Formats: sequence, C-alpha cells, structure tokens
Amino acid sequence: MITVKKLVKRFGPITVLRELDFDVNSGEFVALLGPNGAGKTTLLRILSSLMRPTSGTVQVASCNLPSQGASLRAKLGIVSHQPLLYGDLTAAENLEFFSKLYSVKTKRIAEILDLVGLYPRRDDLVRTFSRGMQQRLAIGRAILHDPSLLLLDEPHTGLDQAAGEILDRILQDVALEGRTVVMTSHDLVRSAGLASRLVLLSKGKISNSLSTVDLEPADLIDFYKTGLEGGRS
Amino acid sequence: MSAFLRSTAAIIWKDIKTEWRTRENLSAMLVFSLLVILIFNFALELDLRARESLAGGVLWAAFIFAGTIGLNRSMAVEKDRGCLDGLLLAPVDRSAIFVGKAVGNLLFMLVVEAIVLPVFSFLYGISVFQPGFLAVVLLGSIGYSAVGTLLAAMVVQTRTRDILLPILLFPLTLPVVISAVKASQGFIQALPLGDVSVWVNILIAYDLIFLAVAIMVFDYILEE
Repeated sequence: MITVKKLVKRFGPITVLRELDFDVNSGEFVALLGPNGAGKTTLLRILSSLMRPTSGTVQVASCNLPSQGASLRAKLGIVSHQPLLYGDLTAAENLEFFSKLYSVKTKRIAEILDLVGLYPRRDDLVRTFSRGMQQRLAIGRAILHDPSLLLLDEPHTGLDQAAGEILDRILQDVALEGRTVVMTSHDLVRSAGLASRLVLLSKGKISNSLSTVDLEPADLIDFYKTGLEGGRS
Repeated sequence: MSAFLRSTAAIIWKDIKTEWRTRENLSAMLVFSLLVILIFNFALELDLRARESLAGGVLWAAFIFAGTIGLNRSMAVEKDRGCLDGLLLAPVDRSAIFVGKAVGNLLFMLVVEAIVLPVFSFLYGISVFQPGFLAVVLLGSIGYSAVGTLLAAMVVQTRTRDILLPILLFPLTLPVVISAVKASQGFIQALPLGDVSVWVNILIAYDLIFLAVAIMVFDYILEE
C-alpha cells in the first residue's frame, strides 16, 4: 500500500527526513512513534500529498507522489490533531459539505454520524462540541468516502481518558473494515493496543520496527530505547 | 452537475452559511465602508465641486478597504482548525476551490456595495443607479476579488498575513482601482461614453487576464 525509498525532506538548511525507507502492507495498522521533531508529521504530510518531498520515491495506493496526488486523494482519509471541520456548521452540515466534495451520497452521512456516536448531536454546531466529539466527527469526515488508506496524525492529542477510549473503539472498528491505517502517536501503550506493527522514527530515519503480536511490556521499552539509541548513532 | 460545478457550489454554500450564522465578515466590511463615505462626506461638505470630482475615488476607497477585510477573513477561516488542508485533500480540481472562494468573496463585496451605494447616493446627492455605473462596480469587484482571493491564499500560511495582504494586493490591483475610479467618475460626471469606454475596456481585460492567471496558478500557490 505504501512504499517509500530514500525519502529526503529539507526545509532550508534543516533536514527533517534523511533517506528514509518505509513500507506498509495492505490492511496493516502501523503506529509511527518517535520523539518531537522526529519527522512523523512531515512524513504523513508527504504521504497525503500535502507536501512535496525534496528527493526519493513515494508510492501510495499505486499512485506515485507528488505527480499523482490528485488520483490518491479519493483513496485517502486523514485525521489530524486539528479537526479539519468548520466550527460554524453543524455536524451534519460539515459532512454534507465534504460529501459534495467527495461525490458521496447523502444517505452515508447518517450512517457515519451513527458510527461515531454523534447522530443525536447532528444539528449542533461543531464549535459547541468537546474535543473528543470533534475528533470523532473528524474520523467520520475522514472515512465518509470509504477510503482504503487512513492517515492519523496524533489523533489522541488533547483527549481525556474516556474520550481516548471511545476514539480507540472507533479506530478499531475502522481498521477491522480492512483499511490500511498509519497513525502517528506519542503514546506507546495505546499504540501497541491498536496497531499491528510499531515503527519508530528517530532523527529522520526509521530506527526500529516491531510486530505487536504476543508483545510483552518489557519488549515495548526495549523497542523504544534501542530505536532511539540507533537513531542517535 | 459536473464535479467542478458541484464543488464550487458547495464551497460558496458553505461560505454563505457560515457568514449567515456569524455575520462577522459582512458587519465589519459594512461598518468600515460606511464610515469611510461618512467621514469623506463631512470632510468635503463645504466644497461641492471637489465633492463631485472626488466621489468616485471615495466610493472605491470604501470598497477596496472593506474588500480587503473580507478577503483576509475569508482565508483565515479556512486556516483555522486546518480546514484548508481538508479542502486540499478533497479529490476536486483545485481551481474549483479558487472559483468557489472568489465567488463567495465577490458576493460579500456585492452585498456591502448594495447597501453602501444608496447611502452614498443620498449623502453625496449623486445618482449612481445607472447601468453603466453599476457595470463598473461589478467589473471592479470581480477583478479585486479574483486577485485578492489568489493573494489571500498565498499569504494565509504566513504569520503576518493581515499586514502582508494589503502590501501585495494594493500594487497589483492598481490598474483595476484606477480604471474603476476613472470609469465611475466618468459616469458620475455624465461624460461621453467614448471617454469612459477606454477605462471599462481596461477593467474587462484586467478581469479576464487575472481570472485566467489565478485559475492556472492556484494549485501551485497552495503547495507547501
């Protein structure tokens, strides 16, 4: 689903991604971990065609980026730490707006609102929603057009424990529908519970990768420490 | 309906709906433009000849400053909450995003002008309700909205967008502002159509050129 080879991204004199190689198979749920400034968000923005790489090859859902970005967008859903929603529109109006951009039938809106548990609040303005409700609606917006790939950029940021658990349940449901999911996060334990594979990004490179099958808590700490040390070398 | 038109209509509908709820943009634009024509009305009260010869300039000063407020706000709304990314990630032709935003900005400008013009006509004792004059207002507003939307999209990523937009916009729209002022003045002073038509032709040419350029380059402008 995703093949990245020797990806470099520079912002002026600063190199954020350094000849990064990264692969994700169809149906995988990959959690991309790493310290602040490791390049997680930059990588996600390049994968979503919002940013051009400096060099390297990027292929996502059989589309070469950046040249085939327009073709990719119909197959892609994205959830950021910002909701990407209009506060002065209601939940239903937001989804109605995006359904027109994605050429999705309006009956899908009710299904999505039901899936994310916001159907009773469909006529309320989004700016009156809590952070957790906004993130749930953001996931609804991201899967409105039934994309095969979902990119999540720190979706749990700013959520309390209960809201985080509701979000986890929705993410698990979404992943179970066979979608490929790539999620950036700082939360090691939560990521291990959700993802099928953990990938550590450090200093602009993939420094470690680990399957979450039969994972022990000690393995998690070892994975993170070893990865960070590898990234520093 | 084609995907382009459907996307454009959706963006216009969204902008009108959010503005209807908040009325932030229109009220600021309206208050500002009314204040401009009111202040100039008192400043030029005693000099009736100067008043008539400056009326076109006063009117366009009100329109372009109000328009700049609207343009800044229109793109700032998209930047807040990452909505601009939401638009850019949609599988639509990005020129549809430009056309939708530009038409929305034009509509808000026209609403303000529809309210300001009768007040201006009353205060300055000048009849502006003539087809030629109204066509100039429309053409000037189209040019200003087209270039303004393009530049507002360009500066929205910057921290100093409120300052940067007028600095870039005013020099670039100078031809449209000068032509609109001259043509408006011509209609106010009832000059022969031959004298006014040259300015109207410049307005039409400017609108066509900048609409085409804006549609062509909008995609590149929005890329990081």
